[in-house]
Amino acid sequence: MTTGTHTGTIGLLGETFARARSEDRAALIVYLPGGFPTVDAGIEAIKAAVAGGADIIEVGLPHSDPVLDGPVIQTADDIALRGGVRIADIMRTVREAYEATGAPILVMTYWNPVDRYGVERFTAELAAAGGAGCILPDLPVQESALWREHAEKHGLATVFVVAPSSKDERLATITAAGSGFVYASSLMGVTGTRESVGEQAQDLVGRTRATTDLPVCVGIGVSTAEHARQVAGFADGVIVGSAFVKRMLDAPDERAGLTAVRELAGELAEGVRKR
Amino acid sequence: MSSDFFIPDPEGLIPSAEGYFGSFGGTFIPEALVAAVDEVAVAYAKAKADPAFAAELNALMVDYTGRPSALTEVPRFAEHAGGARVFLKREDLNHTGSHKINNVLGQALLTKRMGKTRVIAETGAGQHGVATATACALFGLECTIYMGEIDTERQALNVARMRILGAEVIAVKSGSRTLKDAINEAFRDWVANVDRTHYLFGTVAGPHPFPAMVRDFHRVIGVEARRQLLERTGRLPDAAVACVGGGSNAIGLFHAFIPDAGVRLVGCEPAGHGVETGEHAATLTAGEPGILHGSRSYVLQDDEGQITEPYSISAGLDYPGIGPEHAYLKDTGRGEYRAVTDDAAMRALRLLSRTEGIIPAIESAHALAGALEVGQELGEEGLILVNLSGRGDKDMDTAARYFGLYDIDGEVAADAEGEPQS
Repeated sequence: MTTGTHTGTIGLLGETFARARSEDRAALIVYLPGGFPTVDAGIEAIKAAVAGGADIIEVGLPHSDPVLDGPVIQTADDIALRGGVRIADIMRTVREAYEATGAPILVMTYWNPVDRYGVERFTAELAAAGGAGCILPDLPVQESALWREHAEKHGLATVFVVAPSSKDERLATITAAGSGFVYASSLMGVTGTRESVGEQAQDLVGRTRATTDLPVCVGIGVSTAEHARQVAGFADGVIVGSAFVKRMLDAPDERAGLTAVRELAGELAEGVRKR
Repeated sequence: MSSDFFIPDPEGLIPSAEGYFGSFGGTFIPEALVAAVDEVAVAYAKAKADPAFAAELNALMVDYTGRPSALTEVPRFAEHAGGARVFLKREDLNHTGSHKINNVLGQALLTKRMGKTRVIAETGAGQHGVATATACALFGLECTIYMGEIDTERQALNVARMRILGAEVIAVKSGSRTLKDAINEAFRDWVANVDRTHYLFGTVAGPHPFPAMVRDFHRVIGVEARRQLLERTGRLPDAAVACVGGGSNAIGLFHAFIPDAGVRLVGCEPAGHGVETGEHAATLTAGEPGILHGSRSYVLQDDEGQITEPYSISAGLDYPGIGPEHAYLKDTGRGEYRAVTDDAAMRALRLLSRTEGIIPAIESAHALAGALEVGQELGEEGLILVNLSGRGDKDMDTAARYFGLYDIDGEVAADAEGEPQS
């Protein structure tokens, strides 16, 4: 199953957004925790999401202390960590997902696991697995120089999160340092499903666009096809995570979970096409 | 005298503008919190430069906290410390029963200055939570305290105190259900409610400016003790000893002595059942550099950066991180850190109670146990200053169970002379 050594696939991100733009739609970005419910089932979930219409995948590397995640992703992380998931398993997840789907696969995690593993080792292995980049929500731009040096060397994107509280000057600093796309948080809060998309999201996307040509994607609190449609009206991409995890947690078995993932991806993929 | 109470770091060199103590510290936080943390840094810088802020805080420290706290010599206890003289800095006599009130009053004043109406805080033993709930009652601020579920059980008295004071106490059920998880949950609350909420962080960890700011509010401990000891003995101590969880009472004691090269700065970490058992919270003894709760410091973690679950009989020390300035003091050799087991701490708790009539908090008992060791090393000429950071009332249930002091099924309990029953 595992084939040769790849290089970082940051270029795939640009191609993916260009294709979505040419189809006059937003890209659908799906977050799924690696190792959840098991490593192999997690890989199958990614394939199901892409089959349902996801354009880009974020694989979560579970952390013991996920301060930006709400209860749904915390629960998935706990299950994955109790199952003994290791960074090597996440690298395998990235490799198999990339080889099976050809989609850009990013890793989303917290800074300590990367720091502890070694930045050079982590970026080299992620690139060799065919990864497209990384999102590190607790590594703000002012602490990111070492990471960016190694990510750039290995052809990996550095996707920064911006928030409604980010001031314009700071947005410019962040987008100048980032690559791949910009992750705009729709609201002030942690990951999780919400009733509606925050009104602050559109304002933030506009302020971010004023500083960069990078695609701007909206996540956190985006969970339904209707949310996807709304967000697709003003952003380049729609990011959904907890809603997928919740469906998998609620499913009676793994097969039903995979079906649910594929269905939700399908609904959301329709949503991003209705802007 | 009142000018002693609030004196920001006179050198102004440590930490750096980016909040680094050597390679430790920094600001590892979600972007959503960057503006809020910057706001705290700016507000604190302005307050530091404003004599009115110092005057207001100093008045509170005198009239409300009861500063300066006493310095008590404990000769009967010292007979067990190799004959060295031992003095206790009595932070246990502060209002609310521990050193925590020093920082809380400073940050509560800052909260008012920032125009925020709601305060959140984490607590382990409950001492920081009680102090925060107290200040919120005093200033009319809304107050929510996050506390690990395990800690709400072993420190039930403090939960009741916080609720009497009008605070909402939320038992955190995630992770190890102790202090670390309470901090995670408080960060999640802060991200969602940052507009009107100040996170009144309780120790010298967290993102910049918290390690430096919380230290500044606690510097009064060492400044007072240094002057009191010079007046009483005519000399500086050979060692200043404090317990270390996150490190706030220890840095408060140590900081005034850092330039005094002859004063050993001894931090006592919780060894739990013994560092070799893996059931401990001795972060500087057994941890590795890493990032937890916003800054780089030593962290108890596995080889892939997952934080490991700490253990200590003391809820206030049961934490897998440590303030970055302690990491810096350790690596530069200025500070020395040793690990004290549950059993050694509990023996010291009983010893101080029976020789001096002072029941210390289990946290502070770790420092007392360390002082007994340091006394043996120093011998009769030694002079030791110990920070008695808190009183033991909150720990009586834990101590009664440990020593078997409850009468059970009509059997009258022993008198705590015997071996522990746990």
